[in-house]
Amino acid sequence: MDLLPVALTIITASTPLLLAATGELVTEKAGVLNLGVEGMMLVGAIAAFAAAVSTGSGLIAILVGAFSGVAVAAIFAVLTLTCLANQVATGLALTIFGVGLSALVGSNFVGISLEPLPQLNIGVLSTIPILGDLLFGHDVLVYLSFLMILLVGYFLSKTRSGLILRAVGESHDSAHALGYSVLTVRYLAVLFGGFMSGLAGSYLSLVYTPLWAENMTAGRGWIALALVVFGTWRAGRIAFGAYLFGAITILQLHVQGWGINIASQFMTMLPYLATVIVLVFISSDKMKIRINAPQSIGKVFYPPR
Amino acid sequence: MSQNKAKSKIGQLDEPELAPLLKLSGITKSFPGILANDAIDLTVKQGEIHALLGENGAGKSTLVKIIYGLLKPDAGTFEWEEGALSLSNPAQARSLGIGMVFQHFSLFEALTVCENIAIADDQKLNLKTIALRIKEVSDNYGLPIDPDRYVHSLSVGEKQRIEILRCLLQKPKLLILDEPTSVLTPQETLNLFATLKNLASSGCAILYISHKLAEVKSLCGTATILRNGAVVATCNPKLETAKTMAELMIGAKLHNIKRPKKSGSHDNRVQINKLNLKSNDPFGMDLENISFDIQKGEVVGIAGVAGNGQTELMAALSGEVIQTGSHETIFFDGVGVSTMRVAERRAMGAGFVPEERYGHAAIKEMSLKDNALLTTSQKLNLVKKGFLQSNEICDLTHKIISDFDVRTTGLEMETGNLSGGNLQKFILGREILQNPRILIVSQPTWGVDAGAAVFLRKSLLDLAARGCAILIISQDLDEIFEICDRIAVLYQGTLSPLINTESASVDQIGLLMGGKTTE
Repeated sequence: MDLLPVALTIITASTPLLLAATGELVTEKAGVLNLGVEGMMLVGAIAAFAAAVSTGSGLIAILVGAFSGVAVAAIFAVLTLTCLANQVATGLALTIFGVGLSALVGSNFVGISLEPLPQLNIGVLSTIPILGDLLFGHDVLVYLSFLMILLVGYFLSKTRSGLILRAVGESHDSAHALGYSVLTVRYLAVLFGGFMSGLAGSYLSLVYTPLWAENMTAGRGWIALALVVFGTWRAGRIAFGAYLFGAITILQLHVQGWGINIASQFMTMLPYLATVIVLVFISSDKMKIRINAPQSIGKVFYPPR
Repeated sequence: MSQNKAKSKIGQLDEPELAPLLKLSGITKSFPGILANDAIDLTVKQGEIHALLGENGAGKSTLVKIIYGLLKPDAGTFEWEEGALSLSNPAQARSLGIGMVFQHFSLFEALTVCENIAIADDQKLNLKTIALRIKEVSDNYGLPIDPDRYVHSLSVGEKQRIEILRCLLQKPKLLILDEPTSVLTPQETLNLFATLKNLASSGCAILYISHKLAEVKSLCGTATILRNGAVVATCNPKLETAKTMAELMIGAKLHNIKRPKKSGSHDNRVQINKLNLKSNDPFGMDLENISFDIQKGEVVGIAGVAGNGQTELMAALSGEVIQTGSHETIFFDGVGVSTMRVAERRAMGAGFVPEERYGHAAIKEMSLKDNALLTTSQKLNLVKKGFLQSNEICDLTHKIISDFDVRTTGLEMETGNLSGGNLQKFILGREILQNPRILIVSQPTWGVDAGAAVFLRKSLLDLAARGCAILIISQDLDEIFEICDRIAVLYQGTLSPLINTESASVDQIGLLMGGKTTE
């Protein structure tokens, strides 16, 4: 087995998870549980695809994809933050809405294929054998996914704004009593989550399989959500989980290709099982969970009179 | 009322050398159905320690929230150092030099001390600078604290220290403290008072909200007393007695409680033998080797600072947590109940009033009627063949409301709308009317105003006189000394031996609460 192409496909499989999970991490750290990741990704995917087909520009497609994710997240934000709707129910509805909307819009785009996003060749670095391909021969979204998780990790742990965001997620009443606007922080966090989900969707329809198929996210939004929880809201663990999931997804395909006699259903199940078990195992520290889990997640904030 | 006003004016002490810092006039604020503040005038001078007294619902919290910019008054003027202005948010209040220590801490448990202070810091300093400032200020005022610890790992006293430090870092001109000593040991309280006096002498004005009148007498130079949203008196607490101030607060005469002498009867109602319990909360306290007994007609008090195992002890006694060990550790009326659930223990004639009023004692979203039914259905036969006996339930709820003076708008009122004191009267009333053989009460009068507290303590003593064995788990030492026959102290999950109240001193109990056994 040639390892280089395997490694490259692992990166491709992991990137959308990492993008979406990064966004959801910020949303949840602010105390909002948005179960609509799958829906936002699908809307992002079809919007980016449609933009790419009609303009031919990768950059415009990515932006359209990301901001359509923001638009869908805005619906969620208005319903849950301003209208005080239940976050779980609204999030589920958002996913169903995203599936339907993307299928409706996408019906005209079925069967069209695209040139995938170009690789960003970083000067001479890309010509280094193996390493050049592995590290410096990707499209812009792969780099962005790494950049964003690093930035988000830094933002949450080291900056003042990140501290305020965590405080809002930890206890919205206390943050309010100190004079911070809980709603503003949460709106921004939800919209950022939508932006990242939109990017993740764009990656699927522009790079992963450069065509539109109904429900093409195939549950990746839910995996991203699970990664955030099982990664105990820590950027490093979430990135690790995303790559673990991507790696097992790809490797089990190769193993099936070798003709080993294991039921294919079991192999397909493996990435889900392994990722959850590994993350739960490495994160099973009560103290750490208590410190990292946002305490007011999913709770509706009623501004006091 | 006018009599009271006239009387208290005599006691007023004018100190002309102090300039007014904050002057409120005609502050009015109403919420749907309640006039919370009714044309309140209040002047706080530089460097004075000014007490704000009043019962629950008298409007103290509303008033300080207005001063801190959390609420906007409907009418009235706010003058700060000679200039009228209107506050729009707490950040503006902080920039004026107003700091506030909340009654229920506004701390973030999952953040470090340093982060907690940084988040309330409007100068937007970085964490390293803040850690240095914390060291500096905490040394100055004798408030030692490690900036890198996570808040959840600190004691309540230390948490309060953070709140105070958080304000001090802003160099406040006015510091508001909302019932700061309700969670402290007597020794910690003395330390706090020393800090506050030190602060006041450096020119910082302090607005001190409390219902502990003895503390107000020893600390404050002026007191403003509120009742039903209006100022009823301004006085010098040093010239008043605790009793006269309490009467001003409640607008009625206050009767002292007499603890009846106990006959040395031996009828072991409750026996705890070497109770060990691992807490299932990662920040909880494990119980070790707890043993005590309660006789018929006796009130036993367990003192201690919160977080020393009270929650776990209550859960073990009430059956919220079930003992799994091989031998019996808890006996009610001589019967081992370690493996019984709450309902089975209740069926034996035990009643429980947990500390958490919502979620353990009552359900916020349900009506008073439904909450009345929750613990009484078995003993009072309110359910027959699976059907609720609506009339009997209504009668019972009426009886609780009238016997215990619960101020409500009716049986169908949502329980969450009751004030803390009223809710506690309702919950205690519900248990007492069942005539329990054993009653275990955690924090019976926490956050309850003076008048209602006296009433509740009296009800408990009456119940004991009828033969009930009562256990009181409380942080309020005054209360424990007032109504208990024997006292023990819970510290770090272990219980001191029981001491007869007659031979115990506040100092001795206070030391035990701080973990010191001999002095």
